[in-house]
Amino acid sequence: MTTALARSLESPVRRLRLRVRGVVQGVGFRPFAYRLARSMGLTGFVLNDSAGVLIEIEGVEAAGFAEAMRRGPPPLARIDAVEVMELVPAGGESFEILESLAGRTVTRIGADAATCTECLDELRDPASRFFGYVFVNCTHCGPRFTITRALPYDRAQTSMASFVMCPACAADYADPENRRFHAEPVACPACGPRLSHLVADVAAAIEAGKIVALKGIGGFHLVCDARNNAAVATLRQRKARDEKPFAVMVADIEAAQKLGDLSEAEEALLTSAARPVVLVEACAAGLSSLLAPGLRRIGMMLAYAPVHHLLFDALASMDTVRPAALVATSANPGGEPLVADNVDAEHRLAAIADLIVTHDRDIAVRADDSVMQVIDGAPAFIRRARGFVPEPVYLGEDGPSVIATGADLKNTVCVIRGHEAFLSQHVGGLDNAEAIRFQNEAIAHLCSILDVKPDYAACDLHPDFRSVRMAESLDLPVIPVQHHLAHVAAVAAEHRLAGPVLGLALDGHGFGTDGTAWGGEMLVVDGALWDRAGSLSPLSLPGGDKAAREPWRMGVSALVAAGRDDLASELWPEHSGVSQLVSMFARGMQPPQTTSLGRLFDAASALSGLRLVQSYEGQAAMEFEALVRKPRPLVGGYAIRDGILDFRPLMLHLAEQHPGQTEAADLFHGTLITGLAEWAAIGASRLGIRQVALGGGCMMNRILASGLALALRNHGLEPYLPRLAPANDGGIALGQAAYARQVIMNEQMKLEGGRTCA
Amino acid sequence: LSHGAGGRAMGQLIEGIFHKAFDNEWLRAGNDQSAFSVPGGRMVMTTDGYVVSPLFFPGGNIGTLAVHGTINDVAMAGAVPLYLSASFIIEEGFPLADLERIAESMGAASREAGVPIITGDTKVVERGKADGVFISTAGVGMVPAGLDLRSDAARPGDAVIVSGSIGDHGVAVMSKRENLEFDTDIVSDSAALHGLVAAMVEAGGQHIRLMRDPTRGGIAATLNEIAHQSRLGFHIDEEAIPLKPEVAAACEFLGLDPLNVANEGKLVVVVAPEGAEALLAAMRAHPLGAEAALIGHAVADDHCFVQMATSFGGGRIVDWLSGEQLPRIC
Ligand SMILES: [Fe+3]
Ligand SMILES: [Mg+2]
Ligand SMILES: [Zn+2]
Ligand SMILES: [Zn+2]
Repeated sequence: MTTALARSLESPVRRLRLRVRGVVQGVGFRPFAYRLARSMGLTGFVLNDSAGVLIEIEGVEAAGFAEAMRRGPPPLARIDAVEVMELVPAGGESFEILESLAGRTVTRIGADAATCTECLDELRDPASRFFGYVFVNCTHCGPRFTITRALPYDRAQTSMASFVMCPACAADYADPENRRFHAEPVACPACGPRLSHLVADVAAAIEAGKIVALKGIGGFHLVCDARNNAAVATLRQRKARDEKPFAVMVADIEAAQKLGDLSEAEEALLTSAARPVVLVEACAAGLSSLLAPGLRRIGMMLAYAPVHHLLFDALASMDTVRPAALVATSANPGGEPLVADNVDAEHRLAAIADLIVTHDRDIAVRADDSVMQVIDGAPAFIRRARGFVPEPVYLGEDGPSVIATGADLKNTVCVIRGHEAFLSQHVGGLDNAEAIRFQNEAIAHLCSILDVKPDYAACDLHPDFRSVRMAESLDLPVIPVQHHLAHVAAVAAEHRLAGPVLGLALDGHGFGTDGTAWGGEMLVVDGALWDRAGSLSPLSLPGGDKAAREPWRMGVSALVAAGRDDLASELWPEHSGVSQLVSMFARGMQPPQTTSLGRLFDAASALSGLRLVQSYEGQAAMEFEALVRKPRPLVGGYAIRDGILDFRPLMLHLAEQHPGQTEAADLFHGTLITGLAEWAAIGASRLGIRQVALGGGCMMNRILASGLALALRNHGLEPYLPRLAPANDGGIALGQAAYARQVIMNEQMKLEGGRTCA
Repeated sequence: LSHGAGGRAMGQLIEGIFHKAFDNEWLRAGNDQSAFSVPGGRMVMTTDGYVVSPLFFPGGNIGTLAVHGTINDVAMAGAVPLYLSASFIIEEGFPLADLERIAESMGAASREAGVPIITGDTKVVERGKADGVFISTAGVGMVPAGLDLRSDAARPGDAVIVSGSIGDHGVAVMSKRENLEFDTDIVSDSAALHGLVAAMVEAGGQHIRLMRDPTRGGIAATLNEIAHQSRLGFHIDEEAIPLKPEVAAACEFLGLDPLNVANEGKLVVVVAPEGAEALLAAMRAHPLGAEAALIGHAVADDHCFVQMATSFGGGRIVDWLSGEQLPRIC
């Protein structure tokens, strides 16, 4: 009775102001709100402002609007929060899309998105003005990040600026009822960019076994027939890439299902608008055996740009029996960053590609394909770039703006602005001038599209990292952050973990605060305070980085540590250098020490006879993982004492018992999982902590990561895996920035505290 | 060797060792300083400290290193070295026989170079206050008229020449220190370069922009230093850099980049392109430059990168390092 009475007293007409936060700009949100309001008979307005989207609605149905909005937002939108405020009804005739208020209003640039189904239909519809048009796009799809130079996000700031819309495109752009309303890159054959070659000719070259450099969204791909061994071998030889896996692109999910044994989560990831490369179990013959030698999984992605779809359509018409599968690898000669510029392509790709296919829409900033896998039931990054950048990581806290310059391998940079952290696209290894230029470019572009000037810089501790030199050159106060602390802080930041966190940084190498090489660390982190609570027992690192390239060195090192260097000549009688290294150890050579888990992987791989020398980084560990059938712990395979986890018994077992490679892989992974979990459990109970952040390059090992997460749960702990940033050094900038901000805010609090006292 | 008690006798004993080993008219005069006259023109002066472990290594010891290093620092200005000084900090308990060996080889090195050590000093410090022997030196020399080499003189297009194989000294010292054994003995390249420099100045002095001896940090540090001082970059070619196979093998085994390894008898010269060929020929005609090679060029580069061409057409950046070569691979 009471509520009915209250309702009857209320005016049936309400006016509400909705503040919508999230990914709501440049994704067709205003026309969506416009159509929704009209369909509900509401009046008012919608506009973009610096905080997101602001909506006022008035009418009888006003209260239901927010709910309806959340039910079906546009495909690329993500609503993080809606704040509602009751206003006095003001009357009004209609619902309008208002031009933005003065000042910088659109503060968000979207990530690049795969061609949507409506655009795909138009692409294949002879009656459509977009029939066969390589650059068809709408508000629900197409390039954004990679064509935008700066804020505000409008056509003049994109590489579409030089293309003047034809009347048809201009009409679409201006019509709130149209899918292309305010779609900045809108274009058609009458007014837009063009491809340098006919798609049919490109298809014919691929069919003939040629290697094609194809300009796409974030850069050039090198493309060839993935079923043609000779073509793949030629590509390997010209790219000077002996064994590192190549990704495969297929037309659609049906084609992917024929080549891979896909889980539901993997299918969802493959078909997402970001269209990452997804590591999946290969299940079909027919693909070249040279794609991913020694590995069970292959990197697969679906066509995501109109040119890919047209290419697959053309290939399908040439071979109606076998669905086409294309190698599509970043065009990055000699390990340099990928090529994105037409002139650069002619210059740098001429020796690799038989045909270079360009177009006249510039790529404003490069972005590789993102690479992901499903770990413990959920997606995880291996490389984060196109399709995800510049989507922010929500930190939940405001604070000063920090830029972090990452690590020297798999470099990314990170800028924190307000409540959010923006991780740049994958830049890569900073060992060449082109990569340093790319890093400069990524920093400038990120700051420009975020319209932010950072107040502080954060970087690694390594005295010779080029990323550290970069941070020092920015003319800001620099906060160095230890490598593994940053790995842990990255995980804590994305999961917004409050209070003390136990961090396991399971990694290759990072410069420790004591000057030694860390890499298998148990850290306890609480805000700006942290401590090293334990580590793996150290091994010698004979030859520094050489030991990471040549696992036999770590094999010898593990034997020396276990007191069985006599086994070295038995295990590797042929391998050059082995006896020399053993005798140098015997004469008292003292190489630097490392607690790295990555190097323990190398040692185990060598002791199991799997791989003595790697042709690409992480090869031994990846091949070892690929051999695992059912991880099983070796009884007595490890010892824990005073926070030090010692796997020498396991290593000795592998060296003495020769269990065979598959068995060795099962035992190694199983013992690692059990040992690491027990080690963490002891540390956690001693410190009274339940949250365990798992980070570092070894967390890209799916068996280890998912096994460890499960084992930690069985110990009653709460494991957190990296989900929004790569577990490896590609995510380190996020941790550097987030931790540095803790340090800054801590200092500021102390200062303010001091002032109050005085 | 003892410190404190009996200091006077001991002091005389030590003085005696050096006087005998370095013997020359200035020392014989017995003053606390030495007077000498010089021709007119521009004079250079350098000072240097020597701290090496181990003190004796294949191809030399701390004493010969001090003589060669000081002469070379003077010579890198294109100058003719004239006189040296040497001062010794000796740890109590240091074997007298070793001190004699060092002194004698120093004397021999200075006589061979024709650059006398004309003044010096010795101090004995308590055990633990020094590591065996430290030597500090000074050297003076005269710059030939018309020659003016400057660290910021390199220009884009200039050629870079190295006088011979790199990394010999660092690897020799390291293998001795770490008790390492390689198939072939690696010997330090420690040598006085002023003779080579004189020949270079004579053959093409007007084209020489600057010279450096790539000691600690190797040619990587030297080229980076020049790049920053001259505000340009360098492109060098890995295959053109002279490197002894045994040094290459040792570096490969130890995981060292020979570009970062020290040299004590090599120089790097930056020369105007038109003078490069003649200079290279003059260097090759001298025994200490027989293996001289043109290894690259200066280029315009705001980043001042030293880049090395790799076999697949890319270029890797050659860094100067903070100290030892630390691992980077994560
Ligand atoms: Fe790392
Ligand atoms: Mg010097
Ligand atoms: Zn679309
Ligand atoms: Zn048009």
